Amino acid sequence: MKPDAIVRNGLWDQNVVFAQMLALCPAMAVTTSGVNGLGMGLATTAVLVASNVLIAAIRRLVSPEVRIPVFIALIATLVTLVDMAMNAWLHELHKVLGLFIALIVVNCAILGRAESFASKSPVGESALDGLAMGLGFTLAVTAIGLVRELFGSGTLFAQASLLLGPGFAFLEMTVAPGTSGMLLMVLPPGGFLVLGLLLAGKRLIDRRGSGA
Amino acid sequence: MKDRLFYPPLLLGLIALATSASLVLANAATRERIALAERRDLQDSLGQVLPPGHADNELLADAVEIAGADGKAVTVYRARKGRNVTGAVFRTSARGYAGEIDVVIGVGTDGRLLGARVVRHQETPGLGDKIEVARSKWILGFDGKSLGDPPAEKWGVKKDGGVFDQFAGATITPRAVVRAVKEGLEFFAAHRAEILAEGGAS
Repeated sequence: MKPDAIVRNGLWDQNVVFAQMLALCPAMAVTTSGVNGLGMGLATTAVLVASNVLIAAIRRLVSPEVRIPVFIALIATLVTLVDMAMNAWLHELHKVLGLFIALIVVNCAILGRAESFASKSPVGESALDGLAMGLGFTLAVTAIGLVRELFGSGTLFAQASLLLGPGFAFLEMTVAPGTSGMLLMVLPPGGFLVLGLLLAGKRLIDRRGSGA
Repeated sequence: MKDRLFYPPLLLGLIALATSASLVLANAATRERIALAERRDLQDSLGQVLPPGHADNELLADAVEIAGADGKAVTVYRARKGRNVTGAVFRTSARGYAGEIDVVIGVGTDGRLLGARVVRHQETPGLGDKIEVARSKWILGFDGKSLGDPPAEKWGVKKDGGVFDQFAGATITPRAVVRAVKEGLEFFAAHRAEILAEGGAS
């Protein structure tokens, strides 16, 4: 596959959440705010790149009968290694992101990319695919998080400085000061509502693009 | 080779061996650093639950082990000023929405709460994590409380007729923190003499 097609697939055409409808569990669970979505997205991207590279590297050795358990063992190990390494060397970041890391194991998008791309493609393309798919996922969960945060708590990128460092405090915005927001949007039903609306929006853009 | 009957189980076995081996190695390589970082975290949170100037000793060096209500040993760190014990800091916990919530509390010699901080939890991001001091001032509402103030039946979240706020969308989490703090104060009351005893590991 051409690199630009891989990137386009990952970010838009085959977006993990909005096109493949994968990874909906983390996409609902942690997107109560934009920063939470961003944190989850970045951590997932890192694991996705690493797992794609690893699986592409050993793809010729894996026999089809046992490929799924092999992939799962590798992904689970990778996530645990990232968790341990971050806890040891990036302890401050781990305190913020640690919550999300364990959730990555159950992200079916990682296994999905291993199965449908990395197990059939060279290492370089797989790395690019992991990066593009991860960033597409980051985009999606950050968007869902921002919409839910805006209506649910009246802020945008609240606590960005906890995740990205004090330099990013300028991102934090209070759009509607003093309001407690719509609780529905922070609760799980809000996640489904926002996902549905954003999905419809993407379809609309795609249709206009092809129909015009 | 790949289509032989023994190949898939052999491969699976090798992968299992390789992944567990890498986990063992990683654990050995990171264990000390993680323990060190957690010890530093503990030291930071121990300091946070005491008002500035409340102690002039090294808290981690002045610890006593006391058997708690469930039989497990609780490590109690004593705050001192000069020779006098001015308070105690220890960890208490309760089951939250998703696993144990660990709270470190500081108690004065009169049984009043000097401060409380959540040091470890797995509550829902965006809902239950308002128990962290970095995200909300809620936990500071415990400062100065004691077993008689508010009275025992008011030690709960507002939904249960108590005095402490719950969060929109999360009641189980603050309820657990309230219970953890209350149990901590009860533990202090039950073992006050032991905790404040002079000498020990000073």
